[in-house]
Amino acid sequence: MSDNRLSVFKTYKLYVGGKFPRSESGRVYEVTDSKGKWLANAPQSSRKDARDAVVAARKAFGGWSGATAYNRGQILYRIAEMLEGRKDQFVREVAEAEGLSKSKAAAVVDAAIDRWVWYAGWTDKIGQVVGGANPVAGPFFNLSTPEPTGVVTVLAPQKSSFLGLVSVVAPVIATGNTAVVVASADSPLPALSLGEVLATSDLPGGVVNILSGRTAEIAAPLASHQDVNAIDLTGADAALAKELETAAADNLKRVLRPQPVDGAADWTADPGTHRLTAFLETKTVWHPTGALGVSGSSY
Amino acid sequence: MPTTAPAFSDATASDSALRRFLHGLPGVDAVGLEARAASLGTRSIKTTAKAYAIDLAISMIDLTTLEGADTPGKVRALAAKAVNPDPTDRTTPRTAAVCVYPDMAATAVAALAGSGVKVASVATAFPAGRAALDVKLADVRDAVAAGVDEIDMVIDRGAFLSGRYLKVYEEILAVKAECARADGTDARLKVIFETGELSTYDNIRRASWLGMMAGADFIKTSTGKVGTNATPANTLLMLEAVRDFRAQTGVQIGVKPAGGIRTSKDAVKFLVLVNETAGEDWLDNHWFRFGASSLLNDLLMQRQKLSTGRYSGPDYVTVD
Repeated sequence: MSDNRLSVFKTYKLYVGGKFPRSESGRVYEVTDSKGKWLANAPQSSRKDARDAVVAARKAFGGWSGATAYNRGQILYRIAEMLEGRKDQFVREVAEAEGLSKSKAAAVVDAAIDRWVWYAGWTDKIGQVVGGANPVAGPFFNLSTPEPTGVVTVLAPQKSSFLGLVSVVAPVIATGNTAVVVASADSPLPALSLGEVLATSDLPGGVVNILSGRTAEIAAPLASHQDVNAIDLTGADAALAKELETAAADNLKRVLRPQPVDGAADWTADPGTHRLTAFLETKTVWHPTGALGVSGSSY
Repeated sequence: MPTTAPAFSDATASDSALRRFLHGLPGVDAVGLEARAASLGTRSIKTTAKAYAIDLAISMIDLTTLEGADTPGKVRALAAKAVNPDPTDRTTPRTAAVCVYPDMAATAVAALAGSGVKVASVATAFPAGRAALDVKLADVRDAVAAGVDEIDMVIDRGAFLSGRYLKVYEEILAVKAECARADGTDARLKVIFETGELSTYDNIRRASWLGMMAGADFIKTSTGKVGTNATPANTLLMLEAVRDFRAQTGVQIGVKPAGGIRTSKDAVKFLVLVNETAGEDWLDNHWFRFGASSLLNDLLMQRQKLSTGRYSGPDYVTVD
């Protein structure tokens, strides 16, 4: 009986504003595995999909950046839990996309899940690390706190389709930013499947928006978009990165240039906190204490 | 007192004659109407046509603030925006009018004096219209005395829905009479049907004819204060009504969809409806208006996108 069964192929779709639309343009492109065998058709996003994604990300920003850091940590941890339950699917997709053996792909997916847990832990701790009380020469409390930059465009790494993706998306949203993610052009399937996980992890719609397609085509309007506050150029090659950084200068976007590790397939190294701090702004508040020493108070 | 077009003097002779006339109008094919409105919404308007449509839509906006929290300062800010919607681009057209509550009318008139932007005031116990006729008329009188150019009245939906069409008709006539100014000119009268409360398309068609026969200068979909406001379908229906009315009587009446139109895309769809239904004669802010507030910002962002090539954002337009 099973021999006669028709194949049920999965229609990969974008993840924008908590929904799964096709590309506005109606276009798709063929995605192959590392040996050139056809895997699926992925939506080929247009600049209008990018614009819609920015609108969704902006809409989600107030709620997500206003959520307590503790709550954000819980949700990021929930994403790890959901991924754990669908591990087999991601192992298969990563193995096909990156040409890894099943055991190597399993190690990559485990590392990606652990990375969500790592960043989940950081949400309510990064404030203490990069903020704090500043000593000033006057009767003031002077307190600095980190605040999210806003809507961040993330060009995911081209080679590491899943661990690399998680490693660039998780730190952006951990601190309260919302993200428009451009998935790896040749291996977008793990990213598009991640959208399904995010949709079922209590992550509010629009916090992460995932687009697949030709990186340069989608990135150009995002880099010049006046309502995008920052751009992570990880997935851009040198020529594209330069062009995008030029476009990004127009509204003074914060730009994270490609890092030494970004082109590599191996993202297993300790991530540190630099990707968390790359998309934070510092707010400093001065609060008068009254003259120190008067009435014996020294605060 | 303005008189009914002679063609309808029979129909308005008595309550039963009016009911016979209105119920004798052809029934509306609801499925066909919605399909027609939806299919006209799929037109692709690009490049220079889009730029034209955006500027036309801006020039058709009745920039509206109808909140309990309105202050003279807010009205003045809105008036400044109507005159100069995008301070970074002086080629941006002005909006058609500013629409306020009657007690803010004098403020708006003073702020817009000499600008060419008109002042519209809602009246007749807007938005519910549940007040005695005297009170409604006094409301209109106040607004006209404050110097407004246009009056947006609401019909008595309770009377309409219970079939007392002549009461609605006479009320519109009475309001129209109050629109007369001392110098012999009239404030233009927009009649709001609150289509969301009329339940059926047949009722919207009847209300449209009733309003036009009573001397409305504009027929307007809704107040923006209920769940269902302007939709492409109910606006299409009203556009058909004004088209047919002109064919029959030679009198041209304006249409104003209001409420729920927030994006440039929506606005352009409505303009397509106007062009394809009523015709080019209505593609002018004397005959077609958008009752909107947030729509203007979206149009300005689209306009900036067309002129700079970059997508704009809410940081580059005012917070109203």
